[in-house]
Amino acid sequence: MNMSRPRLSKTLVLSAFAAVVALILTGPLSGLVLEGYDFKTRFSAPLQIAAFVLIVRFIAGLLPESWLAPRQKNEAAPRATRFKTWQLVLGGLLVYIALASLVLIASKYWLSVGILALIYILLGLGLNIVVGFAGLLDLGFVGFYAVGAYGYALGHQYLGLGFWAAIPLAAMLAGLFGMILGFPVLRMHGDYLAIVTLGFGEIIRLVLNNWIAFTGGPNGIDAPAPTFFGWEFKANATQGGVPFHEVWGLDYSSGMLDGFIFLVLLTVVALVIYAVTRLRGMPIGRAWEALREDEIACRSLGLNHVFTKLSAFAMGASIGGLAGVFFAASQGFVSPVSFSFFESALVLAIVVLGGLGSVTGVILAALFLTLMPEALREFSDYRILIFGFAMVLIMIWRPRGMIQQRRPFFTRAKG
Amino acid sequence: MDLYVLGQQIVNGLVLGSTYGLIAVGYTMVYGIIGMINFAHGEVYMVSAYLTAIGLAVLAYFGISSPWLLISLTMVFAILFTSLLGITIERLAYRPLRKANRLAPLISAIGVSLILQNYVQLSQGAKNQGVPTLIEGVFRMGSEDHFFQITYMQMLIVVVALIAMGLLNFVVQKTALGRACRATQQDRQMAQILGIDTDKVIALVFGIGAALAAVAGVLITLNYGSFDFFVGFVTGIKAFTAAVLGGIGSLPGAMLGGILLGLAESLFSGFVNSDYKDVFAFALLVGILIFRPSGLLGKPSVEKV
Amino acid sequence: MSTLLDLNSVSLQFGGIIALNRVSLSVEEGSITAIIGPNGAGKTTLFNCITGFYRAQDGQILLSTKHKPLDLVQLLGGKFRLFDAPWSNIKKVFYGFFGGTHLVARAGIARTFQNIRLFSEMTVVENLLVAQHRHLNRNVLAGFLNLPGYRKAEAKALECAFFWLDIIGLSDLANQPAAALSYGNQRRLEIARAMCTEPRLICLDEPAAGLNPNETDQLSLLVKRLRDEFKVTVLVIEHDMSLVMSISDHIVVLNYGEVIAKGSPKEVQANPKVLAAYLGSDED
Repeated sequence: MNMSRPRLSKTLVLSAFAAVVALILTGPLSGLVLEGYDFKTRFSAPLQIAAFVLIVRFIAGLLPESWLAPRQKNEAAPRATRFKTWQLVLGGLLVYIALASLVLIASKYWLSVGILALIYILLGLGLNIVVGFAGLLDLGFVGFYAVGAYGYALGHQYLGLGFWAAIPLAAMLAGLFGMILGFPVLRMHGDYLAIVTLGFGEIIRLVLNNWIAFTGGPNGIDAPAPTFFGWEFKANATQGGVPFHEVWGLDYSSGMLDGFIFLVLLTVVALVIYAVTRLRGMPIGRAWEALREDEIACRSLGLNHVFTKLSAFAMGASIGGLAGVFFAASQGFVSPVSFSFFESALVLAIVVLGGLGSVTGVILAALFLTLMPEALREFSDYRILIFGFAMVLIMIWRPRGMIQQRRPFFTRAKG
Repeated sequence: MDLYVLGQQIVNGLVLGSTYGLIAVGYTMVYGIIGMINFAHGEVYMVSAYLTAIGLAVLAYFGISSPWLLISLTMVFAILFTSLLGITIERLAYRPLRKANRLAPLISAIGVSLILQNYVQLSQGAKNQGVPTLIEGVFRMGSEDHFFQITYMQMLIVVVALIAMGLLNFVVQKTALGRACRATQQDRQMAQILGIDTDKVIALVFGIGAALAAVAGVLITLNYGSFDFFVGFVTGIKAFTAAVLGGIGSLPGAMLGGILLGLAESLFSGFVNSDYKDVFAFALLVGILIFRPSGLLGKPSVEKV
Repeated sequence: MSTLLDLNSVSLQFGGIIALNRVSLSVEEGSITAIIGPNGAGKTTLFNCITGFYRAQDGQILLSTKHKPLDLVQLLGGKFRLFDAPWSNIKKVFYGFFGGTHLVARAGIARTFQNIRLFSEMTVVENLLVAQHRHLNRNVLAGFLNLPGYRKAEAKALECAFFWLDIIGLSDLANQPAAALSYGNQRRLEIARAMCTEPRLICLDEPAAGLNPNETDQLSLLVKRLRDEFKVTVLVIEHDMSLVMSISDHIVVLNYGEVIAKGSPKEVQANPKVLAAYLGSDED
């Protein structure tokens, strides 16, 4: 690498400076560990962190400057799709079949990991409509997830609703919540909206936590296991149904329930991906994006900004609600702990890392963020730390996310 | 209504409110100068709570036992450290985003707050931490079993908060530094053209905000005695609510909003329902932003076409 | 010729400042009417009242329709009257709270902005498609299933978009992001976008600002074409006097929020009050 000497020495000085600052900042917190009213020392920790900062800063200084320059512009130029519609449909079907057949080979453990990944894909796709398409920063998205999950659990407890009834109803209920909560924030912009939605999300969680008579409070509430045409995925029937494995003459395995949920969820995710992809090219999707770009211009063109915003909130919320139903069904139990602000931040991280507005990006980011901790077990403590750094770095370095949304390409109609 | 209980809730509310006000200053100054919600500000307060405990433990190790010396040295330590932290956060996570769209700094701030929370959790453990009671004694009115009281600690909180706010007001209104701050707030570009190093001013504002959060952190920690790595979130949101209530961008507004919010919260939990006091605070925030987003002392913004 | 738009004693104050003081003017259908006046005369404020971004505090803005004239001020949420039908009261409160600008646009008034407001990340075509939102098939289910009715509406919108791209000469840049266009092209795209809403009246806010002489000539041709070929009434704010004089049928002069003169270009040019407003007067 060809590098001028002044730059090298400047990098050295800056790296040393960064290391000193890191040492000062981490010294008390990492070096002195509280034990009751006393403390013990652990001086190696801040030194390690400072050394790490020194190395990272130095390497960053050696990299060509063009690598580090932020990319503010969307560089993905629109182009005509290279594939015909039938090719895309066929490809999608093949991927779906390949993933569905995982049920036959995956263990119960990996199935539950897969379910979690799919749930986060759903959440990401839902929030992507609100944040990525419509440009409304929603920090309370977890509220709709909670509405879906509790809708299923409470719906079963008080109304006797089953899994299949809960899917559309919980989605609608969450959508309704999205509309109701969306209404007051219509006049707000940018970060005020973010804080208010955060407030709403917290209100939902706190009410679930404190309304003990209705929701079971912090102890949570059981959610029933799903059934399939009344067939249960249990060793012995309990709800007056017939066990699935007896009907089909199979040996019972505890992974059957997870396999079943995985399949249903995979189908739902596939449908949602299709729907969201279509939405982008539809009038409503264009209106959302136009609203993100310039609300005043939208109004001057006769777009009803109230309806457009509410529809984005409702659509995103109902996808969040769907995810909630599957979460409750797969856990068999819901409690307010699962719906803290951290979940909202995590879903936001998925959308931001993947690339605001990009469906592919959101899917990849969701897979990455849920599978990474599984693959790197020893780093699982550092998971949140890594998310945090990733959010900051992506905002600085690739504000558009890792995958840039490609705009649709239009050609003149023939004839 | 029981006047003793009412009086007690009002005292509690004032004490709580003056700490909210101190933290709210950080939100309001940063919002005023670069128009972003520094979401990580609550975590800066959380860090200062840990610094209080660490500072006290280290000073005790060196044999210092005078409570006043302990408190003032810890305060100085916490202020210096958190100011540096605030300035570093600004430099690394927000300054590169000056020209980015409005959502970018906020998302970056959320990232910073996740980093701080998790870092403290990893380095200090997830368990509850505590500090010993340093200032005992209480001023009490009424009979043995029916009274209202102000602890000396509570008095100290109100006094220190007032001094800190007075000092800040003096700096902002009367010094060249404050003038540079106000000029940058009015028109950053113009201030730059006139030779003000606006980057420095902004860094300074972050430092000042963090320092006041540290003052609040030390006081609250000494008063309540226990904390964990999660205290920054709720307190941060409430302080932000206070800033919005008073009119974001306005310094007196932050203090006024803090005290009003503290009173409202204290009275609500005393007379209505203490389980839902956070719900009440959040609902208040939502209500203000809907019906009077400019707050009590803020200037309404006109939509420009 | 009939009157398309009739402003009747329209007033608006901001705080204590009188932005518009009993402004009355009328715009003939099929004409090009220019509003001129020194900076700060209230021209853009007037535009914002007409296009529904501000609600005039007093007076009427009447748009002629097939039936009785429509008062645009009332469209933005009239006064709450207890004994009106509940639904109309709900509507009033709703639009009073959230703004009913889009209703004005739907009544047939389109506009451009002084500082261009394109959807800058979206492509040129998409900008024109958004403008046709109202005329499209917005049924979500039809879109998901790609039903024939939906496809037909989309194809028609695309045809209309390319029709306008041909007129403004941007067909080759159809799939470029709007932000990548040159300033002059952005101005023209904004006009095309406004035209895609199929308006009866188009309000152009300083369309020639920042254009070079060549582009200004093109613009004047385009504006005339809007009137002659597409039968649209044009209301224009402009500082470029040679452009104003060459295209306008009728000119209204505004100063300090008041109409000080109106008439044909010749009449206005000869009016001493206008000269005084522009050059300063010795009278007072």
